[in-house]
Amino acid sequence: MITVFLIFFPMFMFLLLVGMRHRNPKWLALAGAVIEFGVSIYAWMNFTKDSLPQFAYDVPWFTGLGMRFSVALDGISLPLVLLTTTLIPLIILSSSDKNFNRPSLFYGLVLLMQSALVGVFTSFDILLFYIFWELALIPIYLICLIWGTEKEGRVTIKFFIYTLAGSLVMLVGIIYVFMSPQPGQPQGFDIANFMALGHTLSPKAQGFVFWAMFVAFAIKMPVFPFHTWQPSTYTQAPTQGTMLLSGIMLKMGIYGVIRWLIPLVPIGVAEWGTTALVLSVVGIIYASCIALVQNQMKTLVAYSSIAHVGLISAGVFTQSVIGIQGAMIQMFSHGLVVFGLFYIIDIIQQKAGTADLKDLGGIRNVAPKFTTAFVIIMLGSVALPLTSGFVGEFLLINSLVQYHVWIGAIAGLTIILGAVYMLVAFQQAMSGEAKPFTASFTDLSTMEKVVLYPVVILIILIGVYPAPLMSVSEPAVTALVNSLFQLSSSIQP
Amino acid sequence: MNALFVIAGVGVLALVAEIVNLKRWLTAFVVLGLAAALAFLPLFTNHEDASAAFSNMLVFDGPAVTFTWLIVIITILWLWMASGYLRDSTHQTDKTSLVIFVALGAVIMASFNNMAMLFLGLEILSLSLYALAGSRKDSLSSIEAAFKYFLMGSFATGFLLFGIALVYGATRSFDLVSIIKVMSENQGQMPGYFYAGILLMMVGLAFKISAVPFHFWAPDVYEGSPTAVTSLMATVVKIAAFAAFWRIFGWAFSFASDTWLNVVYGLVILTLVIPNITAIYQQKAKRMLAYSSIAHVGYMLLGFVGAMSAKMVDPLFIILYLAAYAVSSLAAFSVLMKVEQNGGSFSGLYYRNPMLAVTMIFALLSMAGIPPLAGFAAKYFVFILALKAGHVGLVLLAISMSLVSVYYYFRIMISMFGKEAEISPIAVSWGDRLFHLLLILLMILIGLFPSIPFLDQIIGF
Repeated sequence: MITVFLIFFPMFMFLLLVGMRHRNPKWLALAGAVIEFGVSIYAWMNFTKDSLPQFAYDVPWFTGLGMRFSVALDGISLPLVLLTTTLIPLIILSSSDKNFNRPSLFYGLVLLMQSALVGVFTSFDILLFYIFWELALIPIYLICLIWGTEKEGRVTIKFFIYTLAGSLVMLVGIIYVFMSPQPGQPQGFDIANFMALGHTLSPKAQGFVFWAMFVAFAIKMPVFPFHTWQPSTYTQAPTQGTMLLSGIMLKMGIYGVIRWLIPLVPIGVAEWGTTALVLSVVGIIYASCIALVQNQMKTLVAYSSIAHVGLISAGVFTQSVIGIQGAMIQMFSHGLVVFGLFYIIDIIQQKAGTADLKDLGGIRNVAPKFTTAFVIIMLGSVALPLTSGFVGEFLLINSLVQYHVWIGAIAGLTIILGAVYMLVAFQQAMSGEAKPFTASFTDLSTMEKVVLYPVVILIILIGVYPAPLMSVSEPAVTALVNSLFQLSSSIQP
Repeated sequence: MNALFVIAGVGVLALVAEIVNLKRWLTAFVVLGLAAALAFLPLFTNHEDASAAFSNMLVFDGPAVTFTWLIVIITILWLWMASGYLRDSTHQTDKTSLVIFVALGAVIMASFNNMAMLFLGLEILSLSLYALAGSRKDSLSSIEAAFKYFLMGSFATGFLLFGIALVYGATRSFDLVSIIKVMSENQGQMPGYFYAGILLMMVGLAFKISAVPFHFWAPDVYEGSPTAVTSLMATVVKIAAFAAFWRIFGWAFSFASDTWLNVVYGLVILTLVIPNITAIYQQKAKRMLAYSSIAHVGYMLLGFVGAMSAKMVDPLFIILYLAAYAVSSLAAFSVLMKVEQNGGSFSGLYYRNPMLAVTMIFALLSMAGIPPLAGFAAKYFVFILALKAGHVGLVLLAISMSLVSVYYYFRIMISMFGKEAEISPIAVSWGDRLFHLLLILLMILIGLFPSIPFLDQIIGF
């Protein structure tokens, strides 16, 4: 029941916010998000660290079609649920000095988004997963459309059509798997039956299903060459929208690969996984190189996000325990870091009136606390040891090196390139002489501290002591990889 | 059967209301009458249970009963929405009774077992509709729409009649059951003009469901007619036309499907591509909705092709699609009516009346097929049927076209949140608010639980 509560409580809060027209929607939303956070922590505390789904709730839905309302938490979903419930209150807090028009709708949509995201991460029925997957698109689309900076709505509609195209192709893949059972095999969308259906597909059909689903996930992440919607959307969305997109929503794609794609079509993954892996690595280099020459900080972080996510996706496609474990921890870390970075950019934008690196400089002298926070978050982004980014990237690159030395070496460039563009950006913005825009820069306000310090502390805490988080996902990931191993050994004579 | 008498009686009594001066209560009376008609319907769900009437001229079997339910419920919802239009200016009783006769014709088209009754039902429906399309006599475009509809409609009926005559010549019967019997006795030995008759009937009915390339009347007629009448065409009339189409081709002629199914393939491809592309270039929301209504015919025909290839005899997926589409387009047209009464521009609608904008968002999302709304469930079953029959290519085409449709639907959505709009709030009565809320609920409920009304019966396939 905890899982059901986690999914539907934010939706209830959404209805409450939109229907009630509360005088102070921000605090009502925050209260809701904090309760949700508390419940997720409670679930974490009571989580038995094994590979089985827990807190399950399972009832039939479309009776004859084999679709069920089946939700649960296991080691792979719990970290992402925790990430969602941690970031949403921070995202709400980070908007505390903003005055949106129609705030109740804005905060309502953020919570609706949370509901859909938790639903995506906890569904154990692929049709249910699909429904939440699509549901998540609507609030973020509206957030970008209504509170974004552009007037024509072209960027948002590009984003919407792009991701919808991916999901519709995925739907074809899902129906295709569902429609091709062996004689006597039960049809069903619930995870056990569906995976069994996928395993019996012919190699050619598995390749087809692999691409149908991979495209959907690749667009969401985004992996090169499906990324073209991302930088413009990130740039024009309101900061909170960008945080939702980059902090949580992009993890939906990686989660989809781990939960649904890899176990569903093992032969398809064996055949095409390397292609996907190489695409991801190409994306790393490509996005890092573009990030090197960006002046707008938001665009820079957008491209750096493509690079980071490429590394995670490459690690997942190695199908090894360390690769997927690295992905799990790096997803959490990247969520925190990218949230922090976008918040920092937002602060600079507000206080200096611009986030163009050429106009910035000398902030270090006037805002030491701000600088410290920026340094730590930036170091988390470039994966310095003792920050959360290090644990994840180390495992990921390790897995890639074991997969193939050269791929590992090329992917390892991401750390160097990442350090270069982040440090250059940091240097340009923070050190040197103060420029007209930054002369009146003030240090962190209390509210900004309340948002930034937890992020900073979490980044260091996970970097120093990642065990509590990693031990949650480890049994599930190990079981997943073992089952893959057994499958492939049973297929090959 | 008795349901038909009740509906006809309500229609006649509505005319009498003019004389006895009961206009105030007319709409309420009509709604009650229609609801009473439902009570007389038998509760059949499959072909085997049936109650025949007029020596097998009409047969209320499972599909007929289900279609009738849908027609009557949508008519009631329409009456609620359009009470303003009906009360508007003169001729309230005439218009009301014409609408009831549209529903009457629709029910006959859903339950005929004899080609003569098909013609009769079609003409009852069409003639009432021609008059309704021209009911705004001070508007030139309304008269033009009526005239265009009349000319094109009679032309199509001509095709249909010619086809019926040829089929009669080959089988010596108007009775569908006898035709089926003759066909199965002379498997593959039918004379050539029998197939010509089938194709001519297909032209006539494709015109009525407005499948491309027989759709040219639709955008002009939809645009010219009063918006309330347009929404009647998009909902009740479309349901009736599909009921007739399914009864003829999905059931009676399904034995000969090898000969005509290829023609339907062509219709599907054209109906998916052309209206979706054309809709992008429309500047008026009403015309765009007209094209979108044609485009949805394409999805239904796709499901039809899948069902035919899979030899499935149940039209429930079409009924589900029609229900989803009818509910969503009632919502869209209802908002459009309110907008037309207040300047006619969707720009900034959200700031003028959020409830209207939200209703429109739901309608557009549902028509675009985004889960968990009704349109998604409908499209989902269409795709399942088509994939089951192995039409992967057609499904991919349909998917790319629904992406195109997202583009033009969302243009309305974007303009509703347009930032530099004049702010003059639109007042909406409580009745209308309740109506919109009901439609939103219906869209969500049909989307989440299609199984309750429909699905459990499809499951056998």
